[in-house]
Amino acid sequence: MSLPQPRRETRLDRYHDLYAERTKGLKASAVRSLFAVANRPEVVSLAGGMPNIASLPLDPLADMIAEMVRQHGPQVLQYSGAQGEERLREQICQVMALEQIDGNPDDVVLSCGSQQALDLITRTFIEPGDVILAEGPSYVGALNTFQAYQADVVHVAIDEYGLIPDALRQAALSCRAAGRRVKFCYTIPNFSNPTGATQSVSRRHELLAVAKEVDLLFIEDNPYGLLSLDHDPLPALRSFESERVIYLGSFSKTFSPGLRVGWALAPLAVKEKLILAQEAATLCPPVFSQFVVSEYLANWDWQGQIKTFRQLYRARRQALLAGLAEHMPPGLTWTKPGGGFFVWLTLPEGLDSQAMLPQALTHRVAFVPGTGFYADGLGARNMRLSFCFPSPEDILEGTRRLGEVITEALDLAQTFGLTHALPKESL
Amino acid sequence: MTQTSRPIVVLAGGLSHEREVSLASGRRVTAALRERGRQVIEADVGAGLIGDLTALNQPVVLSVLHGGTGEDGALREVFDLIGVPYVGSTAPSCRLTYDKALATPVVARSGVEVPRRVVLPHDMFRELGAAAIVEHIVNQLGLPLFVKPAKSGSALGTTRVETAAELPQAMVKAFNLSHVAVVEEFITGTEVTVTITDTGAGPKVYAPVEIRPDSGAYDYEARYTPGATQFICPAALDSAVIERCQDTALRVWQALDQRDYGRVDLIVNDQGVPVFLEGNVSPGMTETSTVPLAIEAAGESLADVLVQLVDLAAQR
Repeated sequence: MSLPQPRRETRLDRYHDLYAERTKGLKASAVRSLFAVANRPEVVSLAGGMPNIASLPLDPLADMIAEMVRQHGPQVLQYSGAQGEERLREQICQVMALEQIDGNPDDVVLSCGSQQALDLITRTFIEPGDVILAEGPSYVGALNTFQAYQADVVHVAIDEYGLIPDALRQAALSCRAAGRRVKFCYTIPNFSNPTGATQSVSRRHELLAVAKEVDLLFIEDNPYGLLSLDHDPLPALRSFESERVIYLGSFSKTFSPGLRVGWALAPLAVKEKLILAQEAATLCPPVFSQFVVSEYLANWDWQGQIKTFRQLYRARRQALLAGLAEHMPPGLTWTKPGGGFFVWLTLPEGLDSQAMLPQALTHRVAFVPGTGFYADGLGARNMRLSFCFPSPEDILEGTRRLGEVITEALDLAQTFGLTHALPKESL
Repeated sequence: MTQTSRPIVVLAGGLSHEREVSLASGRRVTAALRERGRQVIEADVGAGLIGDLTALNQPVVLSVLHGGTGEDGALREVFDLIGVPYVGSTAPSCRLTYDKALATPVVARSGVEVPRRVVLPHDMFRELGAAAIVEHIVNQLGLPLFVKPAKSGSALGTTRVETAAELPQAMVKAFNLSHVAVVEEFITGTEVTVTITDTGAGPKVYAPVEIRPDSGAYDYEARYTPGATQFICPAALDSAVIERCQDTALRVWQALDQRDYGRVDLIVNDQGVPVFLEGNVSPGMTETSTVPLAIEAAGESLADVLVQLVDLAAQR
């Protein structure tokens, strides 16, 4: 048999030796690949955090956008300033007023979703090895951004009211005592992703007091604040404190994620840096999208639309909580969020949600394993369940399937002595 | 061979855990066939598949479904039923090859070296007590061990076990993908993979591709992250060992009654003996897959090989 000559050595990636060191963590993931199945119609996906925008008034929106292009085409299809359109920044201040923020349009910087604002902030503040304090667990998209800039995430314990002030103080002090630079604390105060936990007003005051005491900056990420299902929105951290908080807002959950319009409200000096960073990154955030949002806010009952969203999510939350109560085996616990999109489920010791995912997909139900929400490998016993997208009927069916999966996993774990027999009553 | 004008249905995606890999394989195969001017229709597995196939004028199926019904012979049984020819091994061959619990003894009977192993279903652990069985496995096979699901691919659900305490968790991981798990002795050596094609003139065995993952384990990340694995073709082995690998792969191919194209994974142990790991009737065709690499390293074009295979299938 003849053999090819000469011997060829390849990595099937001709640029392998040229990549930056910070890309080393970017790897294919079996879990990510499993989500390719989760998007199939046969699967009830309790995994994705996609807003349910079916109730948006699509025909009037289409007319509004067409009219906008006809009337203002040369402007909306053109470049613009890096800070974003002034009219929209003024409107954003009205939106933030619903959470008692007294913001100035001059301090607002538009971004491609709040995700990009987080990226700009991280690149502005973080050197490799700097510490970012973050709730444990925390939003996976934020953790990915922090990792991309080689930050070292130190998780801070939470309870049902979010970040625990003492734990925050201890984390900041112990990092500094070890000679490490703590740059900021990242938090989602309302209906956190992934736990659904919300900081009470008194908790917010306590956290701000700790921030003053240990000289700490908060990044307040607030995509879900207006999706409060049981009460009026709570005042934002930024409403109490303007110098120690950079606030991130978004229209992704209250209007359209596809438009990618978010913003940062920052202290003056930070704002100036973010504008320069935005200019370097994109020249300007998408002008067309900004105009669409601005027209929507000006001409549509957007607060009424948010009420519609709340009704829709309330029914879905009810379905998920009812389904969990009915179908979960004993020994599990889960959060009962007052808003947002997510429930955080905790399995008995010895179970690994990531290992269960293939079996779940075989049963045609999907969730997000908990480990993705920690930078330090914790979360194996957790899973995030979202109630935002499927219909209430599908959510109920999804919990039934999930119950079967978890029951089988418990049986398997008990067979191998990885978990103990469980009490009959749910914890 | 006559060039077929029949429509080629490239079947990719599916509902298995390797859906994303399959879609990537499908994109590459489709592009290669279109490069040669062939009429290609991309399709996924779903309730409309049979209707779509029977509505076409004499289609030929090229399935790059990985895992599940795409690889275990079930779908090919359906193609036989509705009389649609397809590229690749027959349903019985797929059934045998895909199930590691069944394939390995068959391969061993053909004189190929196989790892010492234990094959057990989940029920057996429950009925007889896991602790005692686990203890005997470790006593019998030693450590380290390699645990894998009997039916799965892309290294999903596989674990290298260093200590006895890790074995239960590894078993659970494997049982999450398959009702039966295979526990094998861990063999150190050089991992190679051998591509075989048969475009009508008998099996052609390509040069073995040596696999050197940076992480040390050829797991999912190492397989599908471009650049994470170094491939050497032909493998950096003595020519006699290379020939032995090719002979072994051919013997596996014949023992499993494979057809058209496939891949055989081997590990060359410290004595230079190729040991069978697994066969594959629907190997990856992605940008980081070894079958296209082996074909191109031989100075051939993947597109040429694929059109020949399609033309051959069209005559069945």
